Formats: sequence, C-alpha cells, structure tokens
Amino acid sequence: MAAFGTVALYVAFALAAYNLLAGILALRLIATGQQISISPERLADTARRAGIAVFLAVTAAALALIWSVFANDFSISYIMEHSNRALPGPYKFSAMWSGQEGSLLLWAWLLGTYGFVLRLTHKKDVKLYAYAGTILAGVQVFFLSILCFAAPPFALYQGVTPDDGNGLNPLLQYPEMVIHPPMLYLGYVGFSIPFCFALGALMMRYPGEKWIRITRIWTMVTWLFLTVGIFLGMHWAYAVLGWGGYWGWDPVENASFMPWLTGTAFLHSVMMQEKRGMMKSWNVWLIFSTFLLTLLGTLLTRAGLVSSVHAFAQSSIGTWFVIFMGIVLAVCIFTYIVQRSHLQSEHHIESLVSRESSFLFNNLVLLTACFVILWGTLFPVISEYVVGNKVTVGAPFYNRVAIPIGIFLLLLTGVGPLLPWRAASFKSIRRNFVLPVSTFWVMFIVCLAVGVRPWKDGALDAGNFYALVAFSVSTAVMTAILSEFLRGAQVISKQTGKNLFASTWLLTRRNTRRYGGYIIHIGVVIVVIGLSGSAFNRNIESEMALHDKLTIGPYTLECVGFTQDSNLNYNSEYALLDVSSKGKPVKTLALDGLRPHLVSLQMAPEKRVYLASGQPQTMVAIHSVPSWDLYVVYEGANPDTGQPIIKAFLNPLVGWIWAGLVILVFGTVIALVPSLSPSTASVRVPARSAPTEPALRGGNL
Amino acid sequence: MARRRFTFLIKALQAGTLAIAVCFSLGATDAGSRFNKLNHQLMCTCGCAQILGECNHVGCPNSSGELSELRDGIAGDASDQVILDSFVAKYGAVVLAAPTTHGFDLVAWIAPFAVFAAASLGTFLLLFRWSASKTQAVAADAATMDPAERERREQIRRDTGDGGF
Repeated sequence: MAAFGTVALYVAFALAAYNLLAGILALRLIATGQQISISPERLADTARRAGIAVFLAVTAAALALIWSVFANDFSISYIMEHSNRALPGPYKFSAMWSGQEGSLLLWAWLLGTYGFVLRLTHKKDVKLYAYAGTILAGVQVFFLSILCFAAPPFALYQGVTPDDGNGLNPLLQYPEMVIHPPMLYLGYVGFSIPFCFALGALMMRYPGEKWIRITRIWTMVTWLFLTVGIFLGMHWAYAVLGWGGYWGWDPVENASFMPWLTGTAFLHSVMMQEKRGMMKSWNVWLIFSTFLLTLLGTLLTRAGLVSSVHAFAQSSIGTWFVIFMGIVLAVCIFTYIVQRSHLQSEHHIESLVSRESSFLFNNLVLLTACFVILWGTLFPVISEYVVGNKVTVGAPFYNRVAIPIGIFLLLLTGVGPLLPWRAASFKSIRRNFVLPVSTFWVMFIVCLAVGVRPWKDGALDAGNFYALVAFSVSTAVMTAILSEFLRGAQVISKQTGKNLFASTWLLTRRNTRRYGGYIIHIGVVIVVIGLSGSAFNRNIESEMALHDKLTIGPYTLECVGFTQDSNLNYNSEYALLDVSSKGKPVKTLALDGLRPHLVSLQMAPEKRVYLASGQPQTMVAIHSVPSWDLYVVYEGANPDTGQPIIKAFLNPLVGWIWAGLVILVFGTVIALVPSLSPSTASVRVPARSAPTEPALRGGNL
Repeated sequence: MARRRFTFLIKALQAGTLAIAVCFSLGATDAGSRFNKLNHQLMCTCGCAQILGECNHVGCPNSSGELSELRDGIAGDASDQVILDSFVAKYGAVVLAAPTTHGFDLVAWIAPFAVFAAASLGTFLLLFRWSASKTQAVAADAATMDPAERERREQIRRDTGDGGF
C-alpha cells in the first residue's frame, strides 16, 4: 500500500504540473492569437481534465494512508509514529492529520477537492475558470512537490518493523479532534480559490464585477468553514486542556485567526466594489493577503518558527513555504503593477458619515487587529533577532491591545447597517441612533447597579471595565439590528397583512444577503457577550477526602468516590462528585433510550495516561447552563495522601459563545441562499412628489 | 431648532459624564487580588507555555515553587515591580507574560497603536480629499432635490435595497 500511495502522489504531481504548464501555454496562445498543432481551447481543456484527474490521484493516496492506518501497517514510518493497534476507529482518521506528512496530504486532498468542483463548473465562465484553474494548479504543484520530495507520508520505517506504533497524541484523542482540523483546513485551503479567481481576473483584465459574485460564494463557504473550525478548536481547548479557558493567544490559534480577519474584511469591502465599483485594488490585496496569511499560518505551525503549545507536527519544510510565499508575493506584485490601470475606482466616498466609510473603518479595524496579532506572534522572534533577548508575548499583551480594537469593531457592527449609502442626513442619524444609544446607557447603568464595576481596590479593573463596555455596546448593537428587522418587517406586514413574525421571515427571504448578514452580526454580538463573561471567572482548588465538600458560587461538590479504570488504550483515574445547590441535588437531563428524564447531577472529572505514549490527558467534567459553566478538573492524586486534587471553575456565559456560533452559521447559510424574487420587493410611499424611476436606478439600491 | 439640538447634546454629555463618575466612584477593596494579578503577569517556566496562575498540571516541577516565591514576595511587602524584577533576574525575560514598557520591548506596545493611528489618519485624509472633490456635485444635487423626496428615497433604499449586504 505504501508503494501504491507513493505512485498515486507522483501521478498527481505529474498531472498538476501538466495542468499548470499546458494551462499557461493555452492561455498565452489565446492571448496572443498564435497557433500551434493543437487548438489552444483544446489544450486548455486537456489541462482542465488533468486537474480533475489530480483529485482522483490524491484521493487514491489519501485512501491508501487511511487503509494503512486501519491495517496497522507499521512498516510505514508515519503510521508507526502516529497510530497504534488499540487506537479506537474514529481516531485512526485523526491520525491522518496528527503529523506533518498526513496533514499536508489532507491539505493536498482538500485542494484537489476544491479544484475538482471548480473545474467541473467551468462553464459558468470558461476563460476565467481556465485562469483560476491554472493558478490553482500552481498551488497544487507546490503542495504535491512537498509530499513527493520533502515530507513523503509513505516513507518506510528504517529497521525492523515494530509490532505496535507510538500511538496518537492524547490531546488529539477527543471527538472534536475528528472534525476540528478538517474544518480548519477546509477554511485554510478554501481561501486558495478566491485567491485564484482574484489573480486570474486581474491577469485577464476581467470586465465588470461578475468575478466578485462568483468568488463571493466560495469566500463565504470558506469563511464559514474557518469560523466553525476556529470555534471547534476553542471548544476543544476548553474541554481538553483543563485550564478553564478557550483562547490562549497561542501562535497556532493566532495563525488561524489572521486569515479569518482579512477574509472578513474582504467580505465587507467587496460589497463596495459590487455596488459602487470602489476599492478594487484594496479588495485584490485583501484576498492576496488572506491567502498569504494561510501560508504563513502553516509555516508558523509546521516550521516551529515560534514556540507553541500545540504545534503537533513540526519539521524543516519552512524553507519550502518561505520560497513559495516569496514566489506568490512576487507574482501578485508583478500582476498588480502591470494591470493596476484595470483597478481604477469608478466612484469615491462622498461623505465621512455613510455606509461606505463605515465599511472602510471596519476594514481598517479588522486589518489593525490582524496586524496586532501578527506583530504579537512574531515579536519574540524580532526581539531575539534585534536585541538578542527572547521575550514572551502572551495573553496580557493581547488583552490590552486587541480587546479595545474588538470593542470598536463591535460598535461598527451596529453603526454600519444604520447608515445609508453615499451620505447620511443629521435627521436620519438621529432617528436611527436614538434607540441604540438609549439602550447603551440603560444597560450601562443596569450593569453598574448589579455589580459590574470597573473600579476595584482603588485601581481600574480592566476585565470588568471591558465587560461593562462590551455588555453596553452589545445591547446597543443588538437593538440597532433588531430595529432594522422590525422596520423592514413592518413595511412587509403593511403590504401583505401577515403577522410580524411571518413578515420578518419573508423580509429575510426577499433579501437573504442583507438579513443573513444581520443574523451573522447577531451571532457575533452573542459571542462577544459570552467572551465578556470571562471577566467574572472564579476558581477554587482543593484536595478532597471522601465526603469532603467544596463550594463555588451556588454549587457544592461532595466527593463520593475516587477510583481507577483501564482499557487497552489508557489507564484512568477519576473522582465522583455529587453536585448540589442550596442543599438540593442539581438535576440534569438524561436519556433513557429516547425518553428524556431528570437525574441528579454527578460529575466525573478524569485523568488518563495513554499506554502507547505514556502521556497524560485531562478529561474535564462540565455542567453547562445559560448563566455559567461549572467546570471541574481532576488534577491527579496527591502522591503523599493518595487523595484527589480537584479544581473547580465557575465560568459565566460560556454557553453563549457556542450559541452565538450556531446563530452565526445559520446567518451564513441564509446569506448563501438566493433571495426570493427580490424584484417584487416594494414599499408604499405617498404619491405626492414620488421619486422618479431614473433617480432610483442611479441610486445604487 | 439648533439651540434645542445643542441643549440635547449637552444633556447627553452630562448624563454620560455622571454615569462614568458614578462607575469610577464605586468599588471594593480586596487585598488577595494582588496575588492573582501578579500570577497572571508571569509565565510558568516548565515549558507548558501557560500563565503561572493557570498552569494546571499536578507534578509540575516549577509552578508551585514559583507561586510560593510570589507569595513570599507579597508577604515581604515588596512592590509589584520588585517582585517581577526578581523573577526576571532569576528566570530571564521570558518569565514575563508580556513585554515590558522600556527598551526595545516598548516597540511591541507602540507599534499597534502607531499603525492604527497612521492608518486612521491616512483614511481620514483620503475621505476628506474625496468628499471635498465631490462637494460641488453634491451641492448641485441637493439644490435640485426636494428634501422630502431625498428622505423617501433613503427610506426606499433601506427597505428594498441590498443595504449593506
């Protein structure tokens, strides 16, 4: 199977190289009008078909690796290092991306899959797709060359084949780890497609903005995958690492967040190009930067450029990435310089107070946030290079610098939709902003009244201060968004006679893009509220003998047992804790078959030691309700007394983060669905001095 | 009309100032929070890359000793800076969870705000330039369009257009 996989990768590499070279030749012939023995169109089609075949060849290689994992073929070095016989079935899939070579194969396979879809749908615009497909082939050649020559996943184990493997990293033996990396990679890899379209459109001086509409769907889907991937990673960190948090500003986390920020900026600013023919150069560079940041992220993760808690797979392929990034940057700069006259803006922003300027500031803030994270991630390396002194740039730096930026961005989330295109009158500003500003102050005062006070021990408490501002701004933004829904729904209700709920649904279906976007903003607000809860986290640690009690917030934990267990994969120790509140057992929902019923809550935090690797792993017990999470960690047994050490956290509002993600995903799906006959949308206005049709047409509705 | 608008703005500002003053005047004293504050400014040095106060693995060879040192420092009436300096002297600059505010480290703090300020300034200048070049055209447009019509057009745009999306 190793030979089959290796051959499949070589075939894929050859096909991708053919796609690239034949594609370039065909496009050159079409551009210059030269003739050779084969027609350029036919040559371009053979290149496209080669691109489709790349997908089949890489799929064969990926299946060969998965087959080898399940067959426990420890003659393959990668399988020996990342799997073992006792590894449960689902985690055998995880082995594919737990190491350097496997994760690059996953990248190549996802790239092949995206390329397969792109090349099958080429009839939408044959020439643009030919450009995009050829550029994509260049990216595929790079990844396949690494797999063939620098990090081969089917390399054989040197020496006598061992009877069992080293096993999978325990941190990866968690259900979410079967989904999180593929999601993140779908996001990372997916940004190659908008990049290829943007570069291709620029190379061919694509007329009009149709390529933006084609790219938008790819970008949104990719952005959705990246968003879900990031949140799954947060949830995994929360449930597995056992420190009570979900985001540690680790370089690897930062690496995934940076392209998300530039991708989000692109999704906003691209609307200005679509609607008003503005910011064309800016958009092109945003998507170039996003793609380059995905490569930089991989470089940071894989090359060990910066130290990280969870860089699971490091090696020396950094040089390959640096060279490839250099080539990509050079191609982007050259193409931009040659074709920049094609990117002239058709309009300029007319007023400081307009939808366009809010988009501009939104972009400014998102890119500043991206810079801050990139700067913080690379500063230890820069400091070591400049003054020979390595420093740590951890959470306190980001919390101080990035949180104010985040709050400003949240504010723009609410302000932007309230401003009209082109210019806003004082009257419309006052009308749209009175309610959100009022709710801001109401929430501000309510928060102070219930104890969210930013002043503690005679000094400013930054956590509380940010929470106070975030809660207040979130309320204002939520009010602004909901009032937009309400205003539109009232118009529909007057037109159709439907109730407000049905009118809201119809309104959303009539303009899925706009209202899907608003739903995404609601999701973001919910997430921010959840994040703000971290300012009020509490924790307590105690060694617990049998029937000892530990109290945190409204909960009392009673140790009713501690025991050990083992299976073929790991040994475990865990404590059994009965949970009560105000003297009564806390009830939780359990399933008896398919019938839900209430049972008394018993938590069982666990510590595992995996047999193959000898590495420990925490399994946190979490009881989640909307107001907070009770989060209990078994830290191990005290070696002197043999009694368990329990650390309990009370983390307010964490559930809101995951709920916000669900809303965000829902909003994105809505925005992806085509609108329901938008041309029928109308509004009743008085007949007197009604606007003329030409005025409306020219108004960029 | 303009006078009423001005009065409204002044009152809103007064209310805001009052609310901020109220929030700054409230607060409690908690001497124990100093330990918590300082252990979140330090890193565990065992290689786990976690904040000292959040390092959570039993058997960590370093964290309990470092936390004891921190408690001793606080009990010994040393200032926060003296305690942090003693940690840096013993474990190196990497023990601090964030760069300091002197020497080259200061660049880490200044650069984000400098970039943001420069970008904001550039954006404002660009916007002013664009809006100035459009002033005449906008003035002509405003002169020919009835304010009520303009308002209705904005309403129609909001209700039926793609809006921001």
